[in-house]
Amino acid sequence: MAHVLTRSLDRSATVFLIVVAAVGVLIPLSNLLLPAGSMLQVPTYLVALFGKYVCYAILALAIDLIWGYCGILSLGHGAFFALGGYAMGMYLMRQIGSRGVYGNPVLPDFMVFLNYPKLPWYWHGFDMFWFAALMVILVPGLLAFCFGWLAFRSRVTGVYLSIITQAMTYALLLAFFRNDFGFGGNNGLTDFKDILGFNVQADGTRAALFALSCLALIFGFLICRAVVTSKLGKVLIAVRDAESRTRFLGYRVESYKLFVFTLSACMAGVAGALYVPQVGIINPGEFAPGNSIEAVIWVAVGGRGTLIGAALGAVVVNYAKTVFTSGPLAPYWLFMLGALFILVTLLLPRGIIGTFNAWWEPWKAQRVSTAAESAAREDGISEPNPAE
Amino acid sequence: MLTKAFRNVRALPVAILLMIATALPVMAGPFEDAVGKFANDEFSDTEEAVGVLATGGNPLAYTIISALQDGRLMADPDTKKVYVTQPDGKSIDASTGAPVASVPDSAAAVRLNNRLRRTVEAALGGLTLLSPDPAKRVQAAQSVFKTHDETMLPVIDGALQKETNKAAKLAFTEARAAILLFKEDATDAEKLEAIATIKARGDQEALALLTGLTGDQPPAVARAAANATSAIQSNLALWSTVQNAWYGLSLGSVLLLAAIGLAITFGVMGVINMAHGEMVMIGAYVTFVVQETIRTSYPGLFDYSLLIAVPLAFIVAGAIGILIERSIIRFLYGRPLETLLATWGLSLVLQQAVRTMFGPTNREVGNPSWMSGAFELGQITITYNRLWILCFTLAVFAILLAMLRYTSLGLEMRAVTQNRRMAASMGIATSRVDALTFGLGSGIAGIAGVALSQIDNVSPNLGQSYIIDSFMVVVFGGVGNLWGTLVGAFTLGIANKFLEPVAGAVLGKIAILVLIILFIQKRPRGLFALKGRAVEA
Repeated sequence: MAHVLTRSLDRSATVFLIVVAAVGVLIPLSNLLLPAGSMLQVPTYLVALFGKYVCYAILALAIDLIWGYCGILSLGHGAFFALGGYAMGMYLMRQIGSRGVYGNPVLPDFMVFLNYPKLPWYWHGFDMFWFAALMVILVPGLLAFCFGWLAFRSRVTGVYLSIITQAMTYALLLAFFRNDFGFGGNNGLTDFKDILGFNVQADGTRAALFALSCLALIFGFLICRAVVTSKLGKVLIAVRDAESRTRFLGYRVESYKLFVFTLSACMAGVAGALYVPQVGIINPGEFAPGNSIEAVIWVAVGGRGTLIGAALGAVVVNYAKTVFTSGPLAPYWLFMLGALFILVTLLLPRGIIGTFNAWWEPWKAQRVSTAAESAAREDGISEPNPAE
Repeated sequence: MLTKAFRNVRALPVAILLMIATALPVMAGPFEDAVGKFANDEFSDTEEAVGVLATGGNPLAYTIISALQDGRLMADPDTKKVYVTQPDGKSIDASTGAPVASVPDSAAAVRLNNRLRRTVEAALGGLTLLSPDPAKRVQAAQSVFKTHDETMLPVIDGALQKETNKAAKLAFTEARAAILLFKEDATDAEKLEAIATIKARGDQEALALLTGLTGDQPPAVARAAANATSAIQSNLALWSTVQNAWYGLSLGSVLLLAAIGLAITFGVMGVINMAHGEMVMIGAYVTFVVQETIRTSYPGLFDYSLLIAVPLAFIVAGAIGILIERSIIRFLYGRPLETLLATWGLSLVLQQAVRTMFGPTNREVGNPSWMSGAFELGQITITYNRLWILCFTLAVFAILLAMLRYTSLGLEMRAVTQNRRMAASMGIATSRVDALTFGLGSGIAGIAGVALSQIDNVSPNLGQSYIIDSFMVVVFGGVGNLWGTLVGAFTLGIANKFLEPVAGAVLGKIAILVLIILFIQKRPRGLFALKGRAVEA
């Protein structure tokens, strides 16, 4: 175990983890302990907002793991995120109990409203937290496993895979919009009361959720680092850069892809599950193909194949989104987002961290010669060069 | 001929008189007597009066009965006078038709009950049976067909004899058959003939009529009715299949139209253009601008607006396409995933630009007169705009195929697609061909926008709703193959429309998406895959 840790933690990874841990401790503490109105006190709404960013950062990590290290561009990762969110939302709905508008102890409000005679079978068990938590990981993971098994086995790669993942999330979007699908239709799941007995609106709960999200980010990052620095990670990079060659060398490419795709989907599910209690709603809009593509651009902005960059990109882009969409510049946000897509791909193909590394690396290499690691990082930022 | 026709004309009044004479009830008095009965405000009297008026042939009869239906027939129980309040507020005396200043306060509307309402409807139907307008006569005959009211038989018989209009004659024959079928004392032969006529009609209403036939019919009639019912049912099933096929073709043409441009940019060039839908949207907005200009400056040209819009949309969208290719896409060749992201960003920018210029709401684009309306073909209705779009799509497809095959640009395009380096060695300016190919694909998307503006809402989101479907069509049909796109579009369209009645619109669409995802597993390169080494590029 210690061996895995030392292997996965280089200097920048350690710095990243320390920063996340510090944020995860300091923000909740400042929110809870300092008096309201104090300069350093973080208001509760900001805690929830930052919590949202952290969840997005986990999603971005998940995407970077498959796109940056294995070359799988999924345009449907929002679907796994949303499925995790729905699983958590279902638990939160069951916790409402008889406090809903219609006061039905078993059926959530929307089911009473839509004349459901009894709880649909797939809602059973969600009144227990452990079951919901299991589903948060199992449902996206299972979907990704089945989908990936079908896709990778028949060698659907590159753009084709991107398009069918997009079709997958689109199909789920249409399905979840239906009222008789049993997930609240258009309105989704909302009006949550409490989680594990704590009021979801309370400052303490929000601070705890934020800290938990940071913890999840740390764990997610460690898992990703452990994967990409292992031998498995080397094979993944080989698959990314020369899939056919890797196959001819005797590796079962589809198994590697399937493993990393499923792992990534589970991470996305956890991100969604942490996201839902913090924003207080989950609706089919989360399945919109646009959301998934937006998540990909976070990774591209931060730097594909750097993990830290993915998390950073998610926070930066979403912070910009919050700033711009709430100000007088709101009508121009889509112009900015669109320009970001174009400019990053054209001018900054390595993203923020990748570009920084490219400047930093030669200078560092003069001082220390950690050749193996820098080679690994260089792999992480170079583009696959498809043959004509 | 002439004398025969003359004899027919002379015979008509006699026939009508005869018919009226047989139809009149025993206690039929003059028209005024009947009108007076309304004043009693007894249901039985009202029914009698309606019966008399319906067959009496008085020009006021229609006014009075329709007033009765709408509760505008006012009767004064004291003076026994009856008035009609016209829809415009003026009143007339029902028995003379003379205008009156005002209806006395003591007058009240003549009441109706449900049974009477049916009588009134039937009477109105009978009165319009003799209308000079053939369309109205057909309509009236249809309503008699539905009610199969026995009292209408004499009127129908009379009308049938003098009818010269083919459609009306058929309608009368069918109405007569419907009445005879339900008539207690009709002979078996008459009923069998009636069943044959109704079977020939063969639509939903005929089916309803036959299944409504109960009671103890003679075995021959019952058997014939059962046979006719099953014949009609299978006939209807056939027509609903035809209808689904037509809807499917129509949807397929829309999909094809949206996807042809993509088949060029994605299929031939291998460029993932997520902004393709926005090219379609731009074409639709070009149509809007053209129509708006015509509306304000040259109203007479409205019918030609689409003819003007098609080349304009091609030029505008094509020019934007070339601009995009030169400024963005050419730097991203060989990096399909980056192209996908950049063009997605571009689609956001274009959408927002259109939203800023034209507003976020739907803009109205009208149908020219030659595209509005519909016609009936057997049991299905075909709208002209859908038909034109189908023809237009096939025409665009044919022109594109011809262009690729017979022009030098088409030759160069195919050469660059098949082997870029070899083409360059032969002196083809590959980057110029790239730009023109992309422009062509975008221009065709613009043309698609003109057509889609006729059946869809013109809003900044127009393109987004087609992008996933278009990709599905191209991927399903096989990349780099226009015929594959054609087959793919129509297959998906028809499959979608046949699934819809079974699974519902949304579930049908989901099922199609899932089927495509599964299909791609089986044939990752689509229905008609390109063979050879070019595939791996």
